[in-house]
Order: sequence, then C-alpha cells, then structure tokens
Amino acid sequence: MPPTPLLQANNIRAKNFGPINLSIQPNEQITLMGPSGSGKSRLLKILADIDLHEGDLFFEGINSEQIAPSKWRRQISFIPADSAWWGETVNDHFFAQPENQWWDSFNLSPECLNWQIDRLSSGEKQRLALLRACVLKPKILLLDEPTSNLDEDNAQRIESFIKNYCQRYSAAYIWVSHDSEQVRRLNVKNLGIENGQLIRTQQ
Amino acid sequence: MITLTWLELSLSSVLILILAALNFKLKLGQVKSLLVSTLRMFIQLFLVGIILKTLFSYQSIFLLIGLALAMLLIAGFEVLARQKIRFTGNWGFGLGTSSMFISSVALAFFALIVVIRVDPWFTPQYAIPLLGMLLGNTMNGVSLALGRLTDDAWHQKREIEAQLMLGRTARESILSIEKNCLRTALTPTINAMAVSGIVSLPGMMTGQILAGADPLEAVKYQILIMLLIATGVGFGSLIAVWFGAKRLFDDRERLRLDRLQITG
Repeated sequence: MPPTPLLQANNIRAKNFGPINLSIQPNEQITLMGPSGSGKSRLLKILADIDLHEGDLFFEGINSEQIAPSKWRRQISFIPADSAWWGETVNDHFFAQPENQWWDSFNLSPECLNWQIDRLSSGEKQRLALLRACVLKPKILLLDEPTSNLDEDNAQRIESFIKNYCQRYSAAYIWVSHDSEQVRRLNVKNLGIENGQLIRTQQ
Repeated sequence: MITLTWLELSLSSVLILILAALNFKLKLGQVKSLLVSTLRMFIQLFLVGIILKTLFSYQSIFLLIGLALAMLLIAGFEVLARQKIRFTGNWGFGLGTSSMFISSVALAFFALIVVIRVDPWFTPQYAIPLLGMLLGNTMNGVSLALGRLTDDAWHQKREIEAQLMLGRTARESILSIEKNCLRTALTPTINAMAVSGIVSLPGMMTGQILAGADPLEAVKYQILIMLLIATGVGFGSLIAVWFGAKRLFDDRERLRLDRLQITG
C-alpha cells in the first residue's frame, strides 16, 4: 500500500482554473513555474483553502471539511509574494518564537522583533514574513516567489534553510519562482502551470 | 409656554442662510447639503407634527404600529444610503434594519411597560417620542458601525488574510476591526453622557423645561432617555457588527468580499 500523501487535491476547480489533481508526499519538494496570470498564486491559495473552490482537499488522508480552517492553515502555510502587516512592531506578528539558529539562516538578528513595521525594507519584510510562518512549524510551505526582493546571497541562504527545514520536519514545499537559475539550483521536481492547468516539465 | 410664530421661525432660518452664504464665499463646501437638510428638517418636522396631532387624538394601537414600522423602514434605508460599501442582496437592508428593530423596539417596550408604566402602553404621546429618540440615535450608531466594518474589511483585505494564513481564526483576524467599529459607534453617545449637564443641556430636557416642567422631573426623564439611548446604540451596533463580521466569512473562514459591493 502506498503511503498516505501529506496533501492531496482531487479535481479542484474554480473559475478559469483547473481541474487540477495533485498529491504531495512528506519531504517532497516542488518548484512551480508559469507565465503571470496562469494561476500559480491561485493554486497556492486554494491549497491553503483561503480561496473559493470546488473539489476535495485532504491532509494526511483527512478531508479538509473535517479540519478546522485555522488548523488547516497552520499545517498548510501560504506565504504570499507581498506580505501584509497589521500590527505596530514585528513582534506583534509572531505567534511563536523562532529557534535561535534560525536568525542566522535568515541573516537577521532577534532585536528586529522590536522594530517598527514602517522601518523594514522590502527584503527584511520578505524574510520576516517567511520566518513568522515557519515558527508555526507547518507541514507544507506554499511559497510565492519568496526571494523576489532578496539579493543573491540572501536568496541562497533562504533556499538552504527551506531545504533543511523540510528534512528536519518531514515537510514539503511548492516554490513558485520566475528565476530559472534558482529552479536549477533547487534541482527538484519542476511543474509548470498554463491557463490553470498543471503540466509536468523536464528541468 | 410662549408660542412661536412663523415670522420668528423664519428669522432664525436667516441665520442658516448667512452660514451657507459664508461657506459658499469661502469655498468651504457643505452649502448644498446644509440647505437641503434644513429644508428637509422643516418639512419632515411639520409633517410629523401634523401626524402626531392626529395620532394623539385617536389612541389606536394599529396606527401606532403602522407609524413605528414606517419609522423603522425609513431608518433602515437611511442606514443603507449612508454606506459606501454595502452587503449584497437582502443583507444590505436587512442587517441594519433588524439590528435597529431588535434594540430600539425592545427597549421602547421595556421603557413603556416596565419603567414609565404608561397605561395603556401604546399611548402615542409617550410611545412615539420614545421610539423616535431611540431609533434616531440607534440609526446613527448602527450606520457608523456598519460603515466602518465594511470599509475596513474592504481596505484591509490583505491584513485580514495574512492573519488567516497564519492560522488565526476569522474572529481573531477581524477582532481589531470590530473593536474600532464599536468605538466609532459608541463614542458620540459616551461623549454626550460624559458632558451632559456640564457643557450641554440635552435637547429633550431643555424642551421640557421650556414647556414649563419641573427641572428635577425633566432631569429624571433625561436620565432615562440617555440610559435607553446608550443601551440602544450599544446593542444595535453590537448586533450589526457581530452578524456583519460573521457574514464577511464563510464556513471555511475565508474572507468573502464578494458579499460586498461598492456604490456611488
């Protein structure tokens, strides 16, 4: 008997989107490419169950309808390309504390928890948005261009952090990227999306 | 009581005209709305005066209920009209109207039957002014609360969804907006209570005193009215915000802005 997938999407559809079938195993790493407007972000939002859709989603074999929405999104974490901040300081947005060595991996220091949101650069915002999601230890990371505002050095730090994270927590990710160099570096299963349809591509 | 003549009333309305002219000259706006609302006030109050005079002479429960219903519906449309971003479908009109109905009508009954103990309870001289004051204030509160709720939800979509995506519940994600809505709705009432008698003499009490009532009796009525208004505004906006916020999310706690529409 094949192992129960971490996440399974059966025949998910929305307006101008799908149907898509997708199955993600523990520790599975996927990159996703596609022209803008092809439905990349849409797919991630549907998997996080934050966008309206038809079809069924399963987490470790359990239908999403049987899991409270807030619990679902703690396990299947969508990190959008542009982060939103509702509080005054960075700390207002952290529902748990990062592990000590994570600060180094993100090239940040714990002091930035006290910073005002207004003071953050776009690169700091992007890294902190990823960090505030990772502290909740989700099983699946849905990353929408998580390094688009970062320089090469910081981008590679994030890449290796995510790889380590997945190994340590048997987590999986879908990484949307426009950067074919990055996709080559990550060197994992690569999917394409066109007009709301998934296509398998060779890297 | 000294009765007012038409001449004296028109004398006071000249003051409004001077204000409007000054605003126009200084290009500060508010000219048209000032004049239109003054005119509306004139016509509406005279009409209601005629209606009340008729009603007082009949003492009919059906007439009373009819008038109360008309007042409620008009207040409901007013709440709807004041919202730039509204709920679609029946919710647009229904939410504000039913919140006002529950709070104002229940409180008016409470005041008539339990507190003042009017006999019979539908004596229009008590019932209509009470309901009118309650509805007027509750309408302001509910329209402020709902306007703020839909406006904030619309403009803070990303912030709300960011919280949802970090595993917060719908209620947790909208809580700070709910708080702001209630504060916006209740502030005028809380301020009015805090300064009443010191900075301002409330309108109803002033009226009673002008009509020759004992100031202490007038004060007691004013306190009753203020308590009723504060409760009415509070419950009305609480109900509106609670159910409005629920309506903004579906059973999977997704933010559903497609249930809102922008008008104008």
